[in-house]
Amino acid sequence: MHNRHTLSVLVENKPGVLTRIAGMFARRAYNIHSLAVGPTDDPRLSRLTLVVGTEAVQLEQITKQLNKLVHVLKIVELDPEESVEREMQLIKVAADPVTRSQVIELADVFRAKIVDVAHDAITIEVAGSPAKLEAMAELLEPFGIRELVRSGTIALARGSRSITDGSKVRMQRVV
Amino acid sequence: MEITGAQAVMRSLEALGVDTVFGYPGGAILPAYDPLIDADLNHVLVRHEQGAIHMAEGYAQATGRVGVCIVTSGPAATNLVTGLADAYMDSVPVLAITGQVASTAIGSDAFQEADVTGITMPITKHNELVSSPERVADAIKEAYHVARTGRPGPVLVDIPKDILNATVTWEWDERVDLPGYRPTVRGHGKMIREALELIAEAERPVIYAGGGLVRAGAGDELFSFATRLRLPVVTTLMARGVFPDTHELAVGMPGMHGHYAAVRAFQETDLLVTLGARFDDRVTGKLSAFAPHARVIHVDVDPAEIGKNRVVDVPIVGDVKVVLGQLNRVLEDRQDKGTFEKLLPDTTTWRAYLDELKRAHPLRVDQPEIGVLKPQTAIAAVYDHWGDEAVYVAGVGQHQMWASQLIPYTRGGQWVNSGGLGTMGFAVPAAIGAKVGVGRETPVVAIDGDGCFQMTFQELATAVQHDIPVVFCVVNNGFLGMVRQWQHLFYDDRLSQVALPQDLPDLMKIADAYGIPGFRVERVEDLDTVLAKARAIDDRPVLIEFRVHPDEMVFPMVPAGASNDEILESVEEWRARAAQA
Ligand SMILES: Cc1ncc(C[n+]2csc(CCOP(=O)(O)OP(=O)(O)O)c2C)c(N)n1
Ligand SMILES: [Mg+2]
Repeated sequence: MHNRHTLSVLVENKPGVLTRIAGMFARRAYNIHSLAVGPTDDPRLSRLTLVVGTEAVQLEQITKQLNKLVHVLKIVELDPEESVEREMQLIKVAADPVTRSQVIELADVFRAKIVDVAHDAITIEVAGSPAKLEAMAELLEPFGIRELVRSGTIALARGSRSITDGSKVRMQRVV
Repeated sequence: MEITGAQAVMRSLEALGVDTVFGYPGGAILPAYDPLIDADLNHVLVRHEQGAIHMAEGYAQATGRVGVCIVTSGPAATNLVTGLADAYMDSVPVLAITGQVASTAIGSDAFQEADVTGITMPITKHNELVSSPERVADAIKEAYHVARTGRPGPVLVDIPKDILNATVTWEWDERVDLPGYRPTVRGHGKMIREALELIAEAERPVIYAGGGLVRAGAGDELFSFATRLRLPVVTTLMARGVFPDTHELAVGMPGMHGHYAAVRAFQETDLLVTLGARFDDRVTGKLSAFAPHARVIHVDVDPAEIGKNRVVDVPIVGDVKVVLGQLNRVLEDRQDKGTFEKLLPDTTTWRAYLDELKRAHPLRVDQPEIGVLKPQTAIAAVYDHWGDEAVYVAGVGQHQMWASQLIPYTRGGQWVNSGGLGTMGFAVPAAIGAKVGVGRETPVVAIDGDGCFQMTFQELATAVQHDIPVVFCVVNNGFLGMVRQWQHLFYDDRLSQVALPQDLPDLMKIADAYGIPGFRVERVEDLDTVLAKARAIDDRPVLIEFRVHPDEMVFPMVPAGASNDEILESVEEWRARAAQA
């Protein structure tokens, strides 16, 4: 069975590190659903959030192969129950003076922000769980979605722990 | 002290204790070839960069030390690709240094520019495009460290020309600081105990010894472990010799062309004690039918190998030499305490059974006493003349399989070959590299095919120029024999593009052209006389051509993708099987 797994990966901020990771996935025929990367509070480090769809045995291989990359420092699998996952979505929806208020109303329901208004379209910014973003896009569909862009998932474990704590699950120890 | 980046390359190599570099100069690496003149390094000038990296591999495989090669940018660096992929597959510690166009020109499609770190990313353990002159020494030091530790492998350092030319303050700090690279060395104590318990309970245990043991230099530890517990040992193609074939516990080689008893041992065992092996498809055959009754202990320094192809009962991540040391210590301890018997499985019946299989299923060669020479006879005779002291280096094909089956190896590093990638053209340069590594006293014999030889024999010039006395044997069957064998067996003998005229080129003229003694044997009755003559020469490279019968096929054979239970011992058996189907 293919399950959705979210991996948080701490890497050294070195040239080519993203290529190494993406290349490893391609070479070993693993599937990436989404990948988001950005700086952390430590300028030497970057943090990636990878969402993969795979069964347990392959997930183990993925984490082990990732761990072999010299610039990868730590990998944590985030339990969906114990973590917060967010994506961001920008949607440009057709909206004339007649439908505009309906679109704005919908955006309000999802606590989305109107970030641009043109005479025949509205651009909405929304953040949330992947399910929420999908629900919103579905409801806006009848108005006519002109463009849509979605970021990869970013995620953090709930509670006070940090990926840089020594106490974290060390994936490289799991065999 | 201020020096150039290029000088820093040389100093770093010297500081690391590198004695030899295999290389070829050119534009972007030129700055490094100047300080090379004064460096305390032996440089072997090759004839093709593929030769340089295979030499580095041969050097590394035979000695356990890191093999180093240095070449220029673009086409020279891309000529390394095959060797890097080969070293990656067989976990060979190699350091490759490539020149790169000036950092200011990178990305502009400059002359001889190629994205070498990009190209080699999937076939190196690690690589780096050096970003500043200050990085040179650390990049080389780290690359050397990563190449030889953990699961060894090739590491490439790409250095732009302006960085080679820039000045830098020389500093050398032996410590390596790689926070993301910390291979596990010691095995987990609990797992060590569980492994010994499983072994004690087993009725038909067998050691599945892989190339990791050779890389780890764990031959002694393996010997002590296997003989103490009286466990039969199967050595893979990559591990030949790490446990002596001459020992009564040695069962032989497993896999597609393995010894019958070894293949059966895996199919019937109830416990695979896997040491530095990786359940490669050439060993397992159809994976779901492999070792169907076995529980599995798996020791490997690379955690990713554990559970990759086969579910494991007792996983042990660690350096196999260290882990065997830990296991042996427990055994010694128990011997001292007098409780050792509890750990000793009763393998008497099982061993007797395997001995009987070995006796009843020997390798078969049907060699008439006079007339056309068979390839198997030629290879066995090479061993008779060069013996146990020599290192044997093979190409890829039938001759390789025969060389691995027929020669009794007794130590790790005595058998050098291209296992994982199966790189034709490997033998000539790898044998040269091996000879540089093992030195004057130890003979190095290449056993090559006529197809393979023609891929890299330009390196004969390297052997001659640098006075590297390798014995080059070519098993000339006039065919891409292994491919022909498959076409014969699986394509109804419809031979397609596999004939290589036996006298094209005339190998004796090749020997002549390179100014080395050449010997040709065509008839079995001449074999010993000619080999005795060739054996007497040990101060120059020698070329020996065996003109052999083209029809011989390698058996036993497990057809690709078939279960190991379908092992065939002869072409007659194959035909009978085919007729039934
Ligand atoms: C570089 C490369 N190209 C192609 C192959 C496929 N291949 C495997 S064995 C073989 C034939 C080798 O012929 P030869 O060197 O004469 O050895 P023989 O099998 O006849 O002993 C070929 C073409 C390969 N392994 N490597
Ligand atoms: Mg041939």
